[in-house]
Amino acid sequence: MSQLTGIAASNGIAIAKAYLLETPDLTFETKKDQNPEEEIQRLEAAIEKSKSELEKIKAHAKEKMGDEHAEIFSAHLLVLDDPELIQPIEDKIKSDQVNAEAALDETANMFITMFENMDNEYMRERAADIRDVTKRILAHLLERPFPNPALIDEEVVVVAQDLTPSDTAQLNKQFVKGFTTDIGGRTSHSAIMARSLEIPAVVGAKEVTQTINDGDMVIIDGLDGTVLINPDDSERKAYEQKQAQFEEQKAEWAKLKDEPSVTADDKRVELVANIGTPDDVEGVLRNGGEGVGLYRTEFLYMGKSSLPTEEEQYDAYKAVLEGVGSDKPVVVRTLDIGGDKELDYLDLPKELNPFLGFRAIRFCLERDDIFRTQLRALLRASVYGNLKIMFPMVATIDEFKQAKAILLEEKDNLKQEGKEVSDDIEVGIMVEIPSTAVIARQFAKEVDFFSIGTNDLIQYTMAADRMNEKVSYLYQPYHPAILNLVSNVIEAAHAEGKWAGMCGEMAGDPIAIPILLGLGLDEFSMSATSILPARSQLLKLSKEEISSYKDEILSKSTAEEVVEFVKNITES
Amino acid sequence: MVEKTFKITAAEGVHARPATLLVQNAGKFNSDINMVYNEKSVNLKSIMGIMSLGIPTGAEVKITAEGNDEEDAINALADVMKNENLGE
Repeated sequence: MSQLTGIAASNGIAIAKAYLLETPDLTFETKKDQNPEEEIQRLEAAIEKSKSELEKIKAHAKEKMGDEHAEIFSAHLLVLDDPELIQPIEDKIKSDQVNAEAALDETANMFITMFENMDNEYMRERAADIRDVTKRILAHLLERPFPNPALIDEEVVVVAQDLTPSDTAQLNKQFVKGFTTDIGGRTSHSAIMARSLEIPAVVGAKEVTQTINDGDMVIIDGLDGTVLINPDDSERKAYEQKQAQFEEQKAEWAKLKDEPSVTADDKRVELVANIGTPDDVEGVLRNGGEGVGLYRTEFLYMGKSSLPTEEEQYDAYKAVLEGVGSDKPVVVRTLDIGGDKELDYLDLPKELNPFLGFRAIRFCLERDDIFRTQLRALLRASVYGNLKIMFPMVATIDEFKQAKAILLEEKDNLKQEGKEVSDDIEVGIMVEIPSTAVIARQFAKEVDFFSIGTNDLIQYTMAADRMNEKVSYLYQPYHPAILNLVSNVIEAAHAEGKWAGMCGEMAGDPIAIPILLGLGLDEFSMSATSILPARSQLLKLSKEEISSYKDEILSKSTAEEVVEFVKNITES
Repeated sequence: MVEKTFKITAAEGVHARPATLLVQNAGKFNSDINMVYNEKSVNLKSIMGIMSLGIPTGAEVKITAEGNDEEDAINALADVMKNENLGE
């Protein structure tokens, strides 16, 4: 038995066989003097197998992610059928009498080079399609088929270097009991997805793909970040017990589903969820969410070849508002693109410092055509529920005023067109930039609410790139600098009779919850699965008592001191 | 042989989705079907061929069909152009 440790990214324990989601070794030898007929037959058989595999993956993608995402596989299928690709391979097999692998590789490379040299970014990326398809055929020729989440049909733990959005979207919960990755942290895409799928995950475990072989028995402990490989019987029994305990605990939490979120001293707070797509609403309701505190609209723009239309967006926003229910708030964040989130079809120039660059509201104010389309869709959907609109990455009061003016302009336009728009839409900002947190008092006069985005606020305040493992020790949510900024924002909101929420990972963190409660936070927005544990935790906390120590908490010198102090006052 | 000329009106030119549909539809016919843009002619049954043209918005393209079902083929492709708001 061996053991690895990573970052506990999603609660729960999974025990199953490993399914390695890694590209197989596709090296091959070029062989001469082959029988062309046999080689062409091998090629055709490999193409047929690739086709049926892609059909399966496509059907799965369509079911899980919708037509738009399945399109890419339609393109792959067409490449497999492309006479301009297949004919030259067959010609080469005949003329050079080489093996199918060599003929395929050489011909495909010619096309890949051609596409890569085009002066259009979009076309250059089509080279990747050809490369993907070639690899798939090659894998079948070599009889080392490609793993794919869509092809899993037994209970497994998925082991991968990292999981892309399209990988995670295809994971079938019925079979995938958990996953573990080499890279990533609590806020990386794969971790967020694991929590939304409600399957246990350990990310950033560094060597899982090297250590674990396909078919090994694996235990993933998403509670403490342990990965056990080929455990002995007693280890396995111990974990089965822990798993049963966790299930019991979950059943206990589930009883709080329809209960209000109150503290021991009967103070009410709001526990809401972060979502990415209308499909996530179901999980919010199942986990007793009191609304949506952050709807990330980027997914509407990603994995596509062009901008989403007003109608497409309207449908999605309406679905979320109606799904959540008209009495519950839904805070929608307008497009936050740039930084680590790029859109191929916009062809934006690469930046040296994307996190400090042209992104989010900065981008939307310049490309107000894109911004207006989104705002119109939101305004039209507003009649279906309790919509609140929030602008991301606001650094100056002027940016907020400009964005709000555009919103009001579109509202007038819609009304003139005879369309119905709600008149009770709150308009707020996400507080991610330290400058904004510092002058929150001035902002509070303009906005209807604040939502603190801690993932970015922490990296900007500590000047530490959260993707860089070397400086990850500086990503300190409980650092007094962060807490003072958070406190300043909450006080500023309350002074103007507004509310303050938080939609970063920190809001669902059991260590942070007592601190934030003490600082007076009104709304906590987190992964849906964190809501019930948080509600259970709140029942044991006295808001008044922790608040009485507020100044003391804020005057601590280090994160460790803060954590130690809060632990003492909440456990006594 | 029959031919028809189109002006591409889609904002992003002949992109993945419309290109896919054109190729899928061309593949249903026996006729030899080509697309001509900028004096370059490619097999419209080839996705790589049509993508390699990199046709932008505003471009004029010609589709030609030759074979026993050439009339049906050209009409079907004209429908795709129209239904996808790709060109006119």
